[in-house]
Amino acid sequence: MLSLDLALKSLRNRAFSTSLTVGSIALSVALLIGVENVRVGMRESFSNTISQTDLIVGAKGGTIQLLLYSVFGMGSPTNNLSWDTYREWAEHPAIEWTIPYGLGDSHRGFRVIGTNEDFYRRYRYRGGQEIALAEGRGGSEVFDVTLGADVAAELGYGLGDQVAVTHGIGEVGFLNHDEMPFTVVGILDKTFTPVDRAVYVTLEGIEAIHFGWEDGAPPMPGEEQTRDDVLAMGEIEITQVTSFFVGATNRRDVLRLQREINDYEGEPMMAVIPGLALNEMWQGIGYAETGLRLVTIFVVLVGLLGMLVSLYTSLNERRREMAILRAVGAGPKRIVALLVLESVCLSAAGAIAGLALVYALLSAGQPIVEAQVGLFIPIRPPGSIELLFLAAVVTAGFLMGFVPALKAYRTALHDGLAVRV
Amino acid sequence: MSLAIDVRGLRFRYGNGPWVLDIPELTLKRGTRAFLFGPSGSGKTTLLGVLAGVLKPEEGEVNVLGRDLASLSGAQRDAFRAEHIGYVFQMFNLIPYLSVLDNIALPARMNAARRARLDGTGVKETAALLADHLHIGDLLTKRVTELSVGQQQRVAACRALIGAPEIIVADEPTSSLDFDRREAFLELLFAECELAGATLVFVSHDRTLESMFSRTISLPDISRTAL
Repeated sequence: MLSLDLALKSLRNRAFSTSLTVGSIALSVALLIGVENVRVGMRESFSNTISQTDLIVGAKGGTIQLLLYSVFGMGSPTNNLSWDTYREWAEHPAIEWTIPYGLGDSHRGFRVIGTNEDFYRRYRYRGGQEIALAEGRGGSEVFDVTLGADVAAELGYGLGDQVAVTHGIGEVGFLNHDEMPFTVVGILDKTFTPVDRAVYVTLEGIEAIHFGWEDGAPPMPGEEQTRDDVLAMGEIEITQVTSFFVGATNRRDVLRLQREINDYEGEPMMAVIPGLALNEMWQGIGYAETGLRLVTIFVVLVGLLGMLVSLYTSLNERRREMAILRAVGAGPKRIVALLVLESVCLSAAGAIAGLALVYALLSAGQPIVEAQVGLFIPIRPPGSIELLFLAAVVTAGFLMGFVPALKAYRTALHDGLAVRV
Repeated sequence: MSLAIDVRGLRFRYGNGPWVLDIPELTLKRGTRAFLFGPSGSGKTTLLGVLAGVLKPEEGEVNVLGRDLASLSGAQRDAFRAEHIGYVFQMFNLIPYLSVLDNIALPARMNAARRARLDGTGVKETAALLADHLHIGDLLTKRVTELSVGQQQRVAACRALIGAPEIIVADEPTSSLDFDRREAFLELLFAECELAGATLVFVSHDRTLESMFSRTISLPDISRTAL
């Protein structure tokens, strides 16, 4: 096709301005698709923070609050549930398994979670992946502690190290449970979920460090108990849990089970369906998402406007060329076609280069982002969203091409063959 | 049908400006080598634009090869020009981003009738042959920006001649050449026109070349508006 051939050769002749234009479109397209990928990655990693858990149960309060402190290690629990209540539900016939959580303490800013072996057996994240141990074993004794991957990495802990737990969840607690240090027995594999940033002990451990703290204040001097005292006690009675995760025997029973728990009269408690609550949360964050996307769309528009400016300003130098083309028989239509094709080629090249750039950056940056931010951005072949973006960019390029093209058309009609350069 | 050009009562002006051309009659037989002269600003290029069908006259008939261009639509005139007319400018004749070969081949690639007249010879071969005739056969793959002005004008002549259009229109193509080269260029152009049986309309304000042509037309004499 002659017009296409001419358009391509003309663009190649202006290689510098062509590559600048293609480059700026490519960058803006890369930003658009990159943001889209990050958005999808964020959304997926967010909604995959926990999986296969049918219900999260805690003291009555806000659903999002329950989700935040149980799954994301953020905010504070309002109230605890009694151990007896927990046991009663754990043995409910519609419930297959539970993972109890005892919260409220921390270690150097990381949340301490009291749980039991069910955590290691049952907890699932991102499409059903299991918790795995990088080293050692899951805690089972009173003073055992298992560290999330980030905790171990950031604090430089290894197996056998002694860890003191701080009362409360501030970064710098002044009420330390120093008299009862825990021993690191295991370190978890990285999950890229909040699991990495938590410290896991047993529920018995949580009870033990709170002996004498029943009124919320440290024991009176002389009444502190030491690690040896606790170990000498033998069996430790667990009195409470903060929340627990539930796997239903049959998923069809989940809604009924949720209603039953919410209506429980023994104690004010509530159950949330994690998928729904996560969605609800994401919708709150979603506004930022829309804003981000809007900004990137404007960036692409600016990139295309750059192309428009570059084509438009080149027209004056090209009046001679247009006159020659007319003299050898090109009608105004061909001149319009030539310029529109140039614009389409520029935007298509920019779009494709942008797409390539995204994949190059993604494959180079994925491990870094994963390691630094804990955000796993999946790399997959361009999907319908990407193709839609590319089509939109090329269409916009096509439409914008008519601006210089119609200008050239008018100039060519007016100039005839009489342009003097 | 022995007339290549037959203009009657032509009046032309740009927009609502003064009349630039007012030519009661102008006829050219086929195969004529016509020398059209007139001072700068007398409407020479405008007349060529009308004859080439780029500009549309307000009044009158412009019969070229028996077709009245004044009655054709813009697209029809474009197609007519592509098929029947070869055009050479005063200077800056070439598309800067095409090679010498591509510049010469352009009219043949753009118009099927011009291509058809190559008699089965390929566009490239014909372009090369023409280039040989005008002594620029060794420049075919060069960028046009590497050529001298004289070489550029010969490339332009090849482009006008490819596909044997019946009429060659040349707008002071020699004005940027020195005298010896002017003559050499004209001789080559004449030879090719003769070979193709083309009518040549050659515009210049330089009357030293006049003697080489078979007919001389003074634009101020035939146009009532010309200065």
